[in-house]
Amino acid sequence: MKYDLRFWVVWEAAPDLLRGAQVTLLIAVATMVGGLVLAFPLAIARRRDHGLLRSGAAAWVEAARNTPCLFQIYAFYFGLGAFGIFLDAWAATSLALLFNNAGYTAEILRGGLAAVSPNQMKAARSLGLTERHAYLAVIVPQVLRIVYYPLTNQFIWSLLNSSLGAIVGLTDLSGVAMVYQSSTFRTFEFFLVIGAIYFLMAKGVLGLARVSAWRLFRY
Amino acid sequence: MQVQVFSGLAPNDLLLLARGAWMTVLMTLAACAIGTLLGVLAGLAKVALGPTLRAPLDAATDALRSVPLLVQLTLLYAGLGILGLPLNPFTAGAIGLSLYAAAYIGEIVRGGILAVPITLRKAARGLGLTRRQEYVHVVLPVGLISALPAWIGVLVGVVKDSAIAAVIGYIELLRTAQIIITRTQEPVIVLLAAGVFYFVICYPVSQLGARLEARFKL
Repeated sequence: MKYDLRFWVVWEAAPDLLRGAQVTLLIAVATMVGGLVLAFPLAIARRRDHGLLRSGAAAWVEAARNTPCLFQIYAFYFGLGAFGIFLDAWAATSLALLFNNAGYTAEILRGGLAAVSPNQMKAARSLGLTERHAYLAVIVPQVLRIVYYPLTNQFIWSLLNSSLGAIVGLTDLSGVAMVYQSSTFRTFEFFLVIGAIYFLMAKGVLGLARVSAWRLFRY
Repeated sequence: MQVQVFSGLAPNDLLLLARGAWMTVLMTLAACAIGTLLGVLAGLAKVALGPTLRAPLDAATDALRSVPLLVQLTLLYAGLGILGLPLNPFTAGAIGLSLYAAAYIGEIVRGGILAVPITLRKAARGLGLTRRQEYVHVVLPVGLISALPAWIGVLVGVVKDSAIAAVIGYIELLRTAQIIITRTQEPVIVLLAAGVFYFVICYPVSQLGARLEARFKL
């Protein structure tokens, strides 16, 4: 039996695929930015010597890193339903990815924080800055420079992981392809094309990161 | 007459989950074994080959790392079908995951080998070792050992990513959990149990990785 590749079916679906790609990008960017914002308190809490904050942050990071991302999406999608909170695929995927990105990013930031000399903090405090102010004005800018490339990597992960939302019905790029595969049976063609689109998006993000790193971090 | 649609959780469900966990472990072992073999070969080839010969290898690595695994597995499964090869979710999933793991492991191996200090290599050559001996006795042992922690990280990743093999019909831990949830409508306890299984599989491995990392820190 011979199989004919028919890509015009995919071409006809192009507008929907583009809308799906927008959803993918939106979720990836939003959860990465949100994850970064959450990751700072998490990473700083993990640096404390003891206490509830430290254990809570550690539990978050370990849970995010030691269970599959799809599992986390299920937890928000099915798990919260048992408590009467019914999230749609959008909300469940976004929250799960936020949780996931925050955990991984916290671990990246922990490495970054460890790489900034403790003397920086001492110097800032002795200049009269409060601890919060010292973190914001002195430590964080240095950490961001150190963790910039790991963060772009994490962003690519965020982009790729968002495809898992399709399994609970999100109409992101993968979700759109899944819908079309079930009506056209052109699985190979659709997934080949969206694979290429994901590739281009990932490369585009890396390219942008290179350019902005050059603008941000040159002295 | 009342028809019972959902049935409650039964002790058997725990066995079912354990079976799912075993399926996850099997898939992981297969993918890690083949992926490590391919990855080490790819890593060595990347170091040894010139830029022109290396280009296809680099392109493949790039593609495997920039496309979601969900898409890769679906594509592979559909592609195997188009070629008329016998389909089996385990085989297809294991092949897909192996290639995916190999892409990461190849980069790790390459990084490990390139991280061997040039002075060490010069010392080896200075002691009269041939280029081949230099690699076999000095560069590979030092380079591969320093790559161990990152390699462990990939293994943990494969455990988790094996959940995605469910999209091509492989019934592993997470898919088993979902089936039980559909039958019992008890998402919390079933997901918690599945989470515990994942944690039990992943945590010791990632702890081992952390320990190795602390040990080999320069």
